[in-house]
Amino acid sequence: MGIEITKPGLSTTVQDRGRTGHYNVGIPQGGSMDQYSAELGNLLVGNTGSEAVLECTYMGPAFTVDEPTVLAVTGAPVGVLVNGEERGQWRRLELVAGDSVSFGMISGGTRFYVAVRGGIDVPEVLGSRSTYVIGAMGGFQGRPLAAGDRLPVGHPVAELPSGDSIPEELRPAFAKEQRIRVLMGLYDHRLTEGGRANLLGEAWTLTPVADRMGLRYNGPGVAWKPREQPFGAGSDPSNIVDAGYAVGSIQIPGGTQPIVLHRDAVSGGGYAMVGTVISADMDLLARAAPGTVTHFDEVTMDQALAARAEAAARLEKARTVLHG
Amino acid sequence: MSTTVAGLGPARYTWGGDEFLFVEIAEAMSLAANFKVMSLARALTDAALKGVVDICPANASLLIRFNPDLLEPALLEVHVRELEARLESADQARLDTRIIEIPVWYQDPYTAEVAERFREGYHQEPEGSDLDYAAKVNGLADAAEFIRRHHEQPWMASMVGFVAGLPFLFQLVERDRQLQVPKYLSPRTDTPELTLGHGGCFSCIYSVRGAGGYQMFGVAAAPIFDPAQRLADFADFMVFFRPGDLVKFRPVDEAEYRRIKDEVAAGTFRYRQAPVTFDLTAALADPEGYNREILEALDGH
Repeated sequence: MGIEITKPGLSTTVQDRGRTGHYNVGIPQGGSMDQYSAELGNLLVGNTGSEAVLECTYMGPAFTVDEPTVLAVTGAPVGVLVNGEERGQWRRLELVAGDSVSFGMISGGTRFYVAVRGGIDVPEVLGSRSTYVIGAMGGFQGRPLAAGDRLPVGHPVAELPSGDSIPEELRPAFAKEQRIRVLMGLYDHRLTEGGRANLLGEAWTLTPVADRMGLRYNGPGVAWKPREQPFGAGSDPSNIVDAGYAVGSIQIPGGTQPIVLHRDAVSGGGYAMVGTVISADMDLLARAAPGTVTHFDEVTMDQALAARAEAAARLEKARTVLHG
Repeated sequence: MSTTVAGLGPARYTWGGDEFLFVEIAEAMSLAANFKVMSLARALTDAALKGVVDICPANASLLIRFNPDLLEPALLEVHVRELEARLESADQARLDTRIIEIPVWYQDPYTAEVAERFREGYHQEPEGSDLDYAAKVNGLADAAEFIRRHHEQPWMASMVGFVAGLPFLFQLVERDRQLQVPKYLSPRTDTPELTLGHGGCFSCIYSVRGAGGYQMFGVAAAPIFDPAQRLADFADFMVFFRPGDLVKFRPVDEAEYRRIKDEVAAGTFRYRQAPVTFDLTAALADPEGYNREILEALDGH
């Protein structure tokens, strides 16, 4: 019983809130890139929030269900077709056995989410059902979905909410221009004044080199202060002795293209990081499509914590609205 | 460990956003810095602070992930600074660890084939091999001498990470004996699984196939990451290496490489390993003499 994949889509993986506690051996946190969209999907189908969803990238999958199924599609704007008929996002859909689901082209953003009542019931690995593709672990057999895969669906553990759609004002935006808040630090003292001014004052454009590991931007570049490199660091001024990488940290290899690490990031390496995207804006990064014009705005720790509290309050508001 | 003896100043504390605290013990790599990192990581683990999510010791720095909803950033910093101050007076110079023998096929055809695909624009000397280049920049006669220097003295896993289970390895020799090789000019998009790599002063073993910028010298014969936990060495955890592990590379030829591969396929392969207590002071005083002692622990295992 469950979901049978008939077309896999470009890269469709099982994700949840992610796994922590193993970053010290290089196993990344993983999980849905756009946590807020995934949480709203789980809310709509009466899940607790820890259930696994399908994360669909650019081009969605097609699948059929072999039993009555309650699902919701959230995230990047996309047409949702049930037996060829448009049914819409951000609302609860009730399917009968034999229904088939497919998707149109996304008209913004990068990823959309399919939440199913009961959740995608693959085994937990190290406390999470998230797929870590490079390590071939978690999710469905440690890999993106393929045609013919049959995904088990779990048993619901909570009641359905009375509301069946997310009000417009609580849905995230998928804009072509973004302001991303950054807490500077780590190795930012190694940037020249001009380099720092470029990072925080100029516009940067997201390149197509953007995936679950990180996002690479084009822009004016930055300059590093010259110095005698410490032993073991490597010869380029953007090199450091290999260190742990914060999720969300910004590195600028060679001073040319900033890379912001995301949820499947490598856990460490030898490039100086100069700041970190605040936790409240990680979902925003996940919604950026290539070509998105991006401004990095410096904030303080207090502002970062306030933004984090606001993000949590917004999700709580959605929960309250749905449960009326 | 006394930081005065080790010649290390106080650490530098800085934030990686609202969920990470970064503690830089030293800018330069040294065994003493790595020991202090590991001691601080152990002290923080023992403190079991509510809200600490990940404790990631690296070569000369420590990355701590925390949940700011449960633990105020400022409070975490105070705690870690206290732990650091306490290390200075405590005797932390010994580490209970193990020494492991890693069979490696140096100059193998797999990494040679991949290297062939990433020459012009990627490598400093596109016409030669990675080993030829490594020998040259270290002022050694040829690849064979470089290989001898590489496996003659043991290494310590000074960090585990990058991708799942990848060990960064620091050779236990004096600084002027360290093998240093620049990374590729631009990272490759492919590296064979279990490639023995080297960049800066660090060797590594690529636990999985993928991108990489280190020079490639050979392939290890047995896995170091086993998500299915099929082999006995992975019964407890899917990742083999732990920070502080000591490594002795043993060169093998193709026939032995294939024999080990067969053992891995049959599920019977075990790493040769032995417990050791590593003494930092002794290691710093006479590296090669001390290395002979710890290598003896492997004999009979």
